[in-house]
Amino acid sequence: MDASTLLIVLLIGSLATYFSGDKFAGKVALLFSVAALAVSVLLLNAFNAGQNVDVLCAWISQPKIAFALKVDGLSLAMLLLTTALTPLIVFSAFGNDHKNAKAFYALILFMAFAMAGTFLAADGLLYYIFWELALIPIYFIALIWGNGDADERRKAVVKFFIYTFAGSLFMLTAFIYMYQRAGSFLIDDLYNMRLTIKEQFWIFLAFFLAYAIKIPIIPFHTWQAKVYQKAPTVGTMLLSGIMLKMGLYSVIRWQLPIGRWAAINFMHIFIGLSIAGVIYGSIVALRQKDLKKLLAYSSLAHVGLIAAGAYTLTLDGLKGAVLQMIAHGFVVVGLFFVAEIIYRRYETRTIADMGGIRIQSPKFTSMFMILVLASVALPSTFNFIGEFTVLYSLSRIDMWFAILGGTTIILGAYYMLRMFQQVMLGQQNARLFQDVTFNEGVVLVLIIAVLFFFGIYPKPITDLITPSLQNILTFVYRTN
Amino acid sequence: MGNVLNQIGIENYIFLAVILFCIGVFGVLYRRNAIIVFMSIEIMLNAVNLLFVAFSTYHQDAQGQIFVFFSMAVAAAEVAVGLAIVVSIFRNLGSIDIDNLKNLKG
Amino acid sequence: MDSLALLLLLSPFVGFLINVFFGKKLGHNGAGYLATLAVVVSFVATLVFFLGLNGGAKPSEIKLFDWLSVNNFNIEFGFLLDQLSVLWLMFVTGIGSLIHLYSVSYMHDDENRHKFFAYLNLFVFFMISLVMGSNLLVMFIGWEGVGLCSYLLIGFWYKNQDYNDAAKKAFIMNRVGDLGLLIGIFILATLFGTLNFTELNATILGGTNAGNTTWIAAAALALFIGACGKSAQIPLYTWLPDAMAGPTPVSALIHAATMVTAGIFMVTRLHVLFDLAPVVLDVIAYVGAFTALMAATIGLVQNDIKKVLAYSTVSQLGLMFLALGMGAYEVAVFHVITHAFFKACLFLGSGSVIHALHGEQDMRNMGGLRKAMPITFVTMLISSLAISGIFPLAGFWSKDEILMVSFHGNKALWVIGSVASVLTAFYMFRLMYLTFFNDFRGTDEQKHHLHESPALITFPLIVLGTLAAIGGLISLPGHSWLNHYLAPLFAEKTHEAHHLGTTEYLLMAVATVGALIGIGIAYAKYIKQKQLPETDENISGFTKVLYDKYYVDEAYEAIIVKPINFLSRFFRDYIETAVAGFVFGFARAANEIGYQGKKLQNGNVGFYLFAFVLGVCAIISYVFLAK
Repeated sequence: MDASTLLIVLLIGSLATYFSGDKFAGKVALLFSVAALAVSVLLLNAFNAGQNVDVLCAWISQPKIAFALKVDGLSLAMLLLTTALTPLIVFSAFGNDHKNAKAFYALILFMAFAMAGTFLAADGLLYYIFWELALIPIYFIALIWGNGDADERRKAVVKFFIYTFAGSLFMLTAFIYMYQRAGSFLIDDLYNMRLTIKEQFWIFLAFFLAYAIKIPIIPFHTWQAKVYQKAPTVGTMLLSGIMLKMGLYSVIRWQLPIGRWAAINFMHIFIGLSIAGVIYGSIVALRQKDLKKLLAYSSLAHVGLIAAGAYTLTLDGLKGAVLQMIAHGFVVVGLFFVAEIIYRRYETRTIADMGGIRIQSPKFTSMFMILVLASVALPSTFNFIGEFTVLYSLSRIDMWFAILGGTTIILGAYYMLRMFQQVMLGQQNARLFQDVTFNEGVVLVLIIAVLFFFGIYPKPITDLITPSLQNILTFVYRTN
Repeated sequence: MGNVLNQIGIENYIFLAVILFCIGVFGVLYRRNAIIVFMSIEIMLNAVNLLFVAFSTYHQDAQGQIFVFFSMAVAAAEVAVGLAIVVSIFRNLGSIDIDNLKNLKG
Repeated sequence: MDSLALLLLLSPFVGFLINVFFGKKLGHNGAGYLATLAVVVSFVATLVFFLGLNGGAKPSEIKLFDWLSVNNFNIEFGFLLDQLSVLWLMFVTGIGSLIHLYSVSYMHDDENRHKFFAYLNLFVFFMISLVMGSNLLVMFIGWEGVGLCSYLLIGFWYKNQDYNDAAKKAFIMNRVGDLGLLIGIFILATLFGTLNFTELNATILGGTNAGNTTWIAAAALALFIGACGKSAQIPLYTWLPDAMAGPTPVSALIHAATMVTAGIFMVTRLHVLFDLAPVVLDVIAYVGAFTALMAATIGLVQNDIKKVLAYSTVSQLGLMFLALGMGAYEVAVFHVITHAFFKACLFLGSGSVIHALHGEQDMRNMGGLRKAMPITFVTMLISSLAISGIFPLAGFWSKDEILMVSFHGNKALWVIGSVASVLTAFYMFRLMYLTFFNDFRGTDEQKHHLHESPALITFPLIVLGTLAAIGGLISLPGHSWLNHYLAPLFAEKTHEAHHLGTTEYLLMAVATVGALIGIGIAYAKYIKQKQLPETDENISGFTKVLYDKYYVDEAYEAIIVKPINFLSRFFRDYIETAVAGFVFGFARAANEIGYQGKKLQNGNVGFYLFAFVLGVCAIISYVFLAK
C-alpha cells in the first residue's frame, strides 16, 4: 500500500457514485469517502511505523514530469482533514434533494480526489494539475446546484473560476521558469535549487498571487463572499473547509522554502497584509445581513491569522497555522451546516428574518452555541490551540502583530455573538422550527467531538506535523 | 559568355524591380477590381523574380535561377486557385469589386 | 490525593453533564439538588485539602498530560493546590453550595431550571479550574470559561433582547481584558520560558531577565488589563452593573463573590512579578482607588436595588485593587473573603426581597419590609454594617487594613479610599432604609402577598450573615491566622509584624466615625425627613450625571461601538465594491480591448491589404533602421 491507494479509492469512488444511479449515489459516496478516511488512517499508521509510502514513477519524459507522491506529517494532517470532512460533507447533504444526485455526489468525491492529490503531489507540474483539477468540480457544483438567481450565480462562479485560474497561471509560469533552471519539477530538486535573489523574489510573488487569491488574503478576496453565498452549502463547505486550506498548505510547502529570500526579507509586509485581513474581515462581518456572507467574512478573518502564522517562518507559527487550519476546517463546516439547517426550515439566509429559534430547539441551540464558541477560540476548543500558538509566534516577531491580530478575539466575539443573538434568541419565532434531526445531529456532534478532543489533547497532531515543519524550516534557513 | 552586367549595371535591374514592385503595391492598394489586384500581385512577384535572376548572375550562383522556377510554379498555382475563387465570388455576388467582399467581417 | 483533587474538579462538571442531558427528567427540584450535591462534594474535598494545608502539609501539584508546546517548552494540563488556591476554593465551593441551595427555591418555578443549574455547575467547574490551574494557560481556560458561564447566565432569560445585550456586553468587555491577559502571557513566556506558576516564581526570584524592566512592567500591565476586565475596574467596569440582568443568585455567586475576584487572585498568584514593576503597582493602586470612588458615587443615587449592590461591588473591588497596588496582597485576599461573605448575603437578601415582591427591583416601590421579612432584614442589616466597616463585623477589619496600608503608602489614595468608604456606608443604609423602613410603597396586590422567604432561602442568608459578622476573626491585627496561613506564598518577603500604635488606633477611629457619619446622613435623609428618591423625570443637576453613570456607557457607544459599526457599513458598502470594481476592471479592460480590436476586423479586403503593406513597410524599415 502506498499513497496512490488513497487517490485510487477516491477516483473509483467518484466513478462508482456516478454509475450507481441517482437513488444510491449518496450512500455509495458515503461508503467510499469513509473508505478513503480508513485508507488515510492506514497511511498514517504505515507512516508512523516508518514504512515508505511515497510513490515515484516516471510519467512524461519530455518535459521530465514524474508521478511523485510524498507523504510526510504535514501532508498526512491535511489528508486526514480532507478525508474526515468529506464523509461529513457528503452525509450533511442527505437532508436535501438534489437533481441529478449521481453527478452531484460524484463531483464531491472527485473534488476530494483532486484536493488529496494537491496535498500529496511532490512534483511541481503534477501538483499544478491537481490544483487546477480541484477547480473544475467546485465550478459545476456551485453553478448547477447553487442557489439564488441563476444569472447572478453564474456571474459569481465564473468570476471565481477565472480569478483563481488567472492567479494560478502565474504559479505555472514560475514552475516553468524553475524547470528551465533545474531541469526537473521534483520538489526536492526545486528546494535544492540555487536561485538568485531576483529570481526568488519574482517566483515568490508569482506564487503569492496564486495563493493569495485562493486563501484569500485581502485585497484578493472579492470572489469569496458572493461564491460562498451562491454555492450550495456542500460547495461552501468544500471551499471553506478544505479548498482554501490548499492555498495555506501550498504557502508552507512550496512558497516559503522556494522563495525563501523574499519570505525572510519581506516577512513583515506579508504578515502585515494578513493581519490587515484579520481586522478587515472581522469588521466587515459585523454588519452582514446574510448569514452565509457573515460566515464568509469570518472565514476571511480566520485565514488571515493562519496566513500570518505561516509567514512568521517560526516553528510555532507554522505549527499554529496548521493546527488552526484543521480546527477552522471543522468549525467552518459545522457553521455552514448550521446555516443550512436553518435554511431547510425557514428557507432564508437573511439574519433579520430569523430570531426566536432557541426556544423551539434546545439541542440545535446548544450545538450552534458550541460551534460559535469554538469559532471565537474559547480555551478547551481546538481553535484556541491554533490561535494561541499563532498569536504567540506573532508576538515573537513583533508584539504589535500579536496585539493587532489579537483583536480578532474581541471582534470575533462581537460579530459571532451578535449574529447568534439575532438568529437564535429573543421572543419565539412565529414559524415552527423543528429541532435537529438525527442525521443532522450526527454531523454536528462528530464535529464538536473532534473540536473538544483536540482542544484538550492536541498532542497527536502536534507530534505528527512538527518534524515535517521543522524540515521545511531547515530548507528556509539553510545557509547556501 | 560575356557578363550582361557589364553592359547594363546591376543597379538598373534593382531600380526596375523596385519600380515594378511599387507599381504592384499601388495597384493592390488602389484598384478595386479583384482581377487587377491579382495582376498587381503578379507584377510584384515578377519584380522579385527579376531581382533573383539579376543577383544570381551577379553572384555567379545558379541557385537564384532555380528559385525563380519554384516561385513561378507557385505563382501559377496561386493564380489558378485565386482566379477560381474570383470566378466563384463573381457567380455569387455578381461583382468582383473587393469593397463588396465584407462577409469575412468579425 | 490526586484522585481527590480530580473529584474536586470534576464533580461539578459531572453535575453539569447530568443536568444537561437528564436534568428535565429529574423531577421538579431534582436538578437543583443534584447540582447542589455536586458542589458540596467539591466543598468537602476542598475541606480535606484545606485542613491538610493548615496542618502544615505541602502543596500538591498534579500533572496530567502535556497540553501544548511552544517555543521549546511544554505547557501541561496540571493543577496546583497550594494555600492560595485552596483558600479560594474554600469560599468558591462553600458559598457556591449555599447559593445552589438558595437557587433551588429561588428558581423553583422557572421552566428551564435544569439548564440554570447546569450552567451554575459549569461555572463552578470553570472557577475551580481557574483557581486550581498550575499554569497560566490552564488558568486561562477557567478564566474564559467563567466568562462564558457569566454570558450564559446573564442572558438566561433569553427572550428579552436587553438581557442578551447585557450578556454580550459582558462577554466582549471581558474579552478585551482577555486579550491583555494573553499578551501578558506571551511576554512572560518569552521572558521566562515557562508558564507554570511554581517555575515562574522560582525563575523570577532567581533573577532571570530581572534587568528587563520595561518588558516586565509591560507584562504586569497587560496582565492587569486582564484583571480589569474580569474584576470590573476602570475602564472595563461597565459590564458588571448591566450583568444584573441575570437571576439574582447568579449576581451573588458570579458577579459578587467569586468570578469578579479572579483578577485579584491572578495578581496575587503572580505577585512576584508585580513586585518587580513598582510603576504598575502604582497604576493598580490609582485605578483601584478611582474605581472605588467613582462606583461609590454612582451607587449613591441608583434606585434599582441590584444596581446599588453592583456598583458597591465595583467599588469594593476597587478597594481590593488599592490594597494590591500597595503590595499588601494578603490584605486584598482578606477583603476578598469578607466581601464574599457580606456581598453574597446582600445579593441573596435582595433576591429574597425581589422574590417576595414578585420581581420588583425599584427601591422607590419598596419600604417597610422589616416586619414582613425579619430574617432577610436582620441578615442584610448585619451585612450592611459589615460592608460599612462597623466594629466588630468582618468588613471593619478588612477595610481597615486596606486603609491602613494605603495610609502608610500614599496619603492621597488613603483619602480617596476613606471617602469611598463613607459613601459606601451612606448608600448601603440608603438601601436599607428605603427597603425595610417606613411604609410599604408598592401595590396593594404586592402588599397582600408579602411574606418571609422559605427556609431554603433564609438558611444561606443566616449562614452568610453569621460569616459576615464573625469573618473578621481570621485576620485580627496582630493575631492574623490568614497571614500565617498564606506565609509560604510570600516567603520571599520580610514580614514586619503589625504594631498597633497610636496611628493605627486613630485610623480605625477615623474610619468608624466616617462610616457612622455616612449612616447618620442616610438616617437623617430617609428616616427623619422621609425623603424618597425623585422619579426618573425629575432627576436633575449633578444627580442626573450620577444617575446616568457619568455617561460612560454613552461615551463608549459614541467613541468605540458607533465608529466600528460605521466602519463596518462603510467597508461593506464602499470598500468592498471598490476592490471588487478594481478586480473587475481587469475583466473590463480585456473586454474593451477585444471590442476595439473587433473594429479592425471589418472585412474590407482593401483595408486588409493596406494594413498588410503598411506592416511590411514597418518591418522592413525596422530591420534596416535597427542597424
